Amino acid sequence: MVDISRRDLFKITGLTGGGLLASSLGFDLKPVYAASRGLKISNAKEFKTVCPYCAVGCGTIAYVHGSGGLNTVNAVVHVEGDPDSPINGGTLCPKGASQMALAMNPRLEKGPKYRAANATEWQDVDWDFALDWLARKFKDARDETFVERDEQGRTVNRCEGIGWVGSATVNNEDAYFITKTMRSMGLMYIDHQARI
Amino acid sequence: MPQLPGSSLAVKRISASPDPAPSIRTAGPEFAKLIDISRCIGCKGCEVACKEWNELKIEPTRNFGSFQSHQDLSADTWLLMRFTEIEVDGDLQWLIKKDACMHCEEPGCLYACPAPGAIVQYENGIVDFNPDKCIGCQLCISGCPFDVPRFSAETHKVYKCNMCVDRVEVGLEPACVKTCPTNAITWGTKDDMVALAEQKVDRLKDRGFENATLYDPAGVGGTHMMYVVPHGDRLVDYDLPEDPTAAPGALAALAGLKQLGMGVMGLGLLGTALHYLKYGPEVADEEASDPASPEPGSGPDAENT
Repeated sequence: MVDISRRDLFKITGLTGGGLLASSLGFDLKPVYAASRGLKISNAKEFKTVCPYCAVGCGTIAYVHGSGGLNTVNAVVHVEGDPDSPINGGTLCPKGASQMALAMNPRLEKGPKYRAANATEWQDVDWDFALDWLARKFKDARDETFVERDEQGRTVNRCEGIGWVGSATVNNEDAYFITKTMRSMGLMYIDHQARI
Repeated sequence: MPQLPGSSLAVKRISASPDPAPSIRTAGPEFAKLIDISRCIGCKGCEVACKEWNELKIEPTRNFGSFQSHQDLSADTWLLMRFTEIEVDGDLQWLIKKDACMHCEEPGCLYACPAPGAIVQYENGIVDFNPDKCIGCQLCISGCPFDVPRFSAETHKVYKCNMCVDRVEVGLEPACVKTCPTNAITWGTKDDMVALAEQKVDRLKDRGFENATLYDPAGVGGTHMMYVVPHGDRLVDYDLPEDPTAAPGALAALAGLKQLGMGVMGLGLLGTALHYLKYGPEVADEEASDPASPEPGSGPDAENT
């Protein structure tokens, strides 16, 4: 128990009351909220990129925190439209406005999943398994459906059993690579929705 | 569109403080957000941009028979697109309202707030809540004519749209304005936005919306979020109050009581001070307070009572 004399108690009460009164009149409140909370992207690095969701191809800016140092991991803190893009002029639709979740969502799948024939559950597999499986299926399907000559005996060398559907994030260079690779396998059905 | 300088965030009003906190800084421009409802396609991009920028929690939504995402604003949802379907002369009309803080020139929430500094209004028109100073009394909710602030049961504080004050301060537009893909939301000085709204209203009238109007209610001194309403005769259907006022009603008496109490306390302190000046400090009788005194019943306790 702190030893407070009666006189001290009077002093403390008087000072507290006076302080309360003064604060209610507005003294000492001037600097109350002059400083705001600060812009969260002010120290972020800007990365210009393209929204991956649809064929419109809106330009976006990803704001990234982190030094990029060897012992750290960078993090996207915000994504918004790129005003320099002639496509969208800085605007974004609700899906595009939420694209930060593509990088930062804890529920995001980060590896391949495999569901065997007739199985009901997905299982996590490694990339070696997934790529081997895919290559095997691709080769089998190609071998089964490869046509060297058509009914009239003309050389066609085409694969009729596989189609390739690209993605909205495919740019010109990717599209060139996909087209060349798939054509070399004999594919004829090649399409993608990107117009970027 | 004119150049928009960053805002210095000079404070205009502070809650629970009669002192208007005059700022020495030159007052910057007064900003306003203009929502042209006739251009809105209801994509709700602004809702997402708001959540993303302000880092608000994602709330699970459920389909309740409307295009609307959430049923109501909440402490984690500061912006909600409200959709109403009504019949006008046999035609379906799809009414849209961007429900968020209107940032009134005469903020009812600020007038009702008893916590010093919990609500501030800046010279640029933004009304901002400061959770650090909020005492969770919820009087701002009853003071708001638009029913916007929401109480969080988790933190016991009240939250609402702050017009992205952190962005506006450095010359950026609020997140909802930037993301709007149909140019339904525009941002600029209040004067420019009023002028733009008049053009938009004229255009709507030419297109046959005779009742098109600008919603900038005078009862709250005008707002810094304004609507261009195509069906100006059906404000109620839009869930927009016809004549909102910032008059706190019963709360005014409460504020008066506070001043009265403070007055009485001040008089008491003044009396004490005068008493001290006139009679000086009480000097205890040396003889009586001497602990060595053999006389019983005359110790310091007895002396002071």
